[in-house]
Amino acid sequence: MLGAFDDLELANGAYYFAALAGLTVLTGLSGQISLGHGAMMAVGAYTVALLIGNEHWALVPALLAAIVISAVVGVAVGAAASRLRGPYLAGATLAFAIGLPAIADQYSSTLGGENGLVINPPTPPSWLGANFPLERWEAWIACAGALVVLFVMNNLVHSGIGRAFRAVRDDEIAASLCGLHVGGVQTLAFIVSAACAGLAGGLLTVVLQLAAPGAFQLALSLSLLTAVVLGGLGSLVGAIWGAALLVLLPTWTNDLANSFSLSTNVSNNLPLAIYGFVLIAAMLLWPGGIQAGARAIVSRVRHSRVPGGS
Amino acid sequence: MTKFIDLTLNGISTGAVYAVVALALVLIWRATRIVNFAQGAMLMITTFIASSVISSSGSYWLGFAVALVSGLVLGAVVERVLIRRVEGAPPLNAVIVALGLLILLEAIAGMIWGNTPRSFPPAFSIQGYDVGGTRVLFAPNDTFTVLVVVGVALALTALFRGTAIGLKMRAAAFRPEVARMLGVRVGRMLTLGWALAALVGSLAGMLVAPSVFVGPNQFDPILVFGFTAAVLGGLDSFAGAAVGGILLGLALSYVSGYEGSSLVTLAALVILVLVLMIRPAGCSRAHRSAAYERPAHEGQNAAWHARAIACDRRRCRSHPVPGQRGARCL
Repeated sequence: MLGAFDDLELANGAYYFAALAGLTVLTGLSGQISLGHGAMMAVGAYTVALLIGNEHWALVPALLAAIVISAVVGVAVGAAASRLRGPYLAGATLAFAIGLPAIADQYSSTLGGENGLVINPPTPPSWLGANFPLERWEAWIACAGALVVLFVMNNLVHSGIGRAFRAVRDDEIAASLCGLHVGGVQTLAFIVSAACAGLAGGLLTVVLQLAAPGAFQLALSLSLLTAVVLGGLGSLVGAIWGAALLVLLPTWTNDLANSFSLSTNVSNNLPLAIYGFVLIAAMLLWPGGIQAGARAIVSRVRHSRVPGGS
Repeated sequence: MTKFIDLTLNGISTGAVYAVVALALVLIWRATRIVNFAQGAMLMITTFIASSVISSSGSYWLGFAVALVSGLVLGAVVERVLIRRVEGAPPLNAVIVALGLLILLEAIAGMIWGNTPRSFPPAFSIQGYDVGGTRVLFAPNDTFTVLVVVGVALALTALFRGTAIGLKMRAAAFRPEVARMLGVRVGRMLTLGWALAALVGSLAGMLVAPSVFVGPNQFDPILVFGFTAAVLGGLDSFAGAAVGGILLGLALSYVSGYEGSSLVTLAALVILVLVLMIRPAGCSRAHRSAAYERPAHEGQNAAWHARAIACDRRRCRSHPVPGQRGARCL
């Protein structure tokens, strides 16, 4: 059985996975970069916080509403993004990531300003027993959400829509010759990944019982992008690697930094330094991400076992 | 009216700093086709070095010179050690390496100098000019900043348009194979591009440090707005970056003065989206940057590129897309 801390880490990993799976579809499959997925998560998080906190909605409808609202935002962003390429898209989504949290400050009466919105924790159903820990219930909710995302995205990747995404990524002209509406397909990819990010944000609110602008700074958007590239673009397994990395690496590096007796300056910054170093080293060692690296290792082991294997 | 003038002047001086960062980003984009997200951290390191030199030696200009030299070295080292290895990889890998470098450099700076921001002396007086008995929000130091921006933009344009080395850098960036065939030392050109960009970046750090202070994370907004300015101006144009920076500074200054500073980032988003919806490749010379796109078929257009480089050498500025009408120059 997992302790409270491990349950919380599992919940964190689960909602990170939901966001990363969406970003994998967007960046890996349809070839569009997004530096603004943290802001998409903020949309879902604030939707859930408002609906549960102010309107007293039940959990599942609130999460569905988060998906719908962030998909609507995704329509707007995706329509704009489908006109942009490469660094221009990166710039626009970067501006989205830093611009959107400012709305919380602007409408501080409804959105709570810097302090954000607080909701009541979800109550575990009574049939699980009176002593069922809250953290475990949160982890179950987050994992259920992540599983739904995994199921839907896995089907999407292997469907005609997934093929359309790949076609547009590889050659826009060829794709449009095949009858695909390139801008429409790219917008659809943005909508799908925005919906995933919205669900992830909603789950984040449920797990932390808080939606505050501090959680959705540019750092979140950047770490989502780094995690998805590091995990391995273009495969949903890569998103699992990425989510594990986002959750476990800070814990490990913090433990490591605290285990030595270092000066405060050094020990405060050591986790960050390790994170930066891991990003660089992983990109230089495994240009295709962890998933591609693991696959190469597995196939090498297999080939060395089978005599005559090519 | 006084407020309007003050906001305008303030916008020009902050915009000038965005413009310098934008120039550094454009330089790297033109030299290596990479957006350098580590630029903010690189200029932070050089500004910290300058800060240490100034506080130990007491001479501002010695620190200034040290910052520029260390920028030059840092840029060259980063390109040679890190960026060179991701050159053939997908473009996102370079972005991630740059982000990793950003995080690593900020952590290293925090380890060495601590996370508390420290003050930084300006080059010239920051006491505003006295115009008809009232002090305006524009000081000799701001004049210096604006002059630096104009100087850097002109120098870079002259370098890329008018000198052999600039021509080689452009060739190396946009068609490395062909450039190599024509005898250009491509690797050196890329290193030079990064070194120059880091030098320009360190200049930006020196200019902005007096107002934002020096700390590991103090320059992040500068990078974000500098990148916004570069995208606004079109990543292929130095003049566009300079103008984009100044205009962004002005717009944000008005928004912050009249509507409140919490709206500044939102305003940057709105401006960027509006501009990009009208011109998806930035304001300046969209047709020209289209002409610089790599031809679709790798290896087939070597002759076209050789001619394009020759045509560049003749300074005729009408590189057309192959096959398009009006391709008279080639």
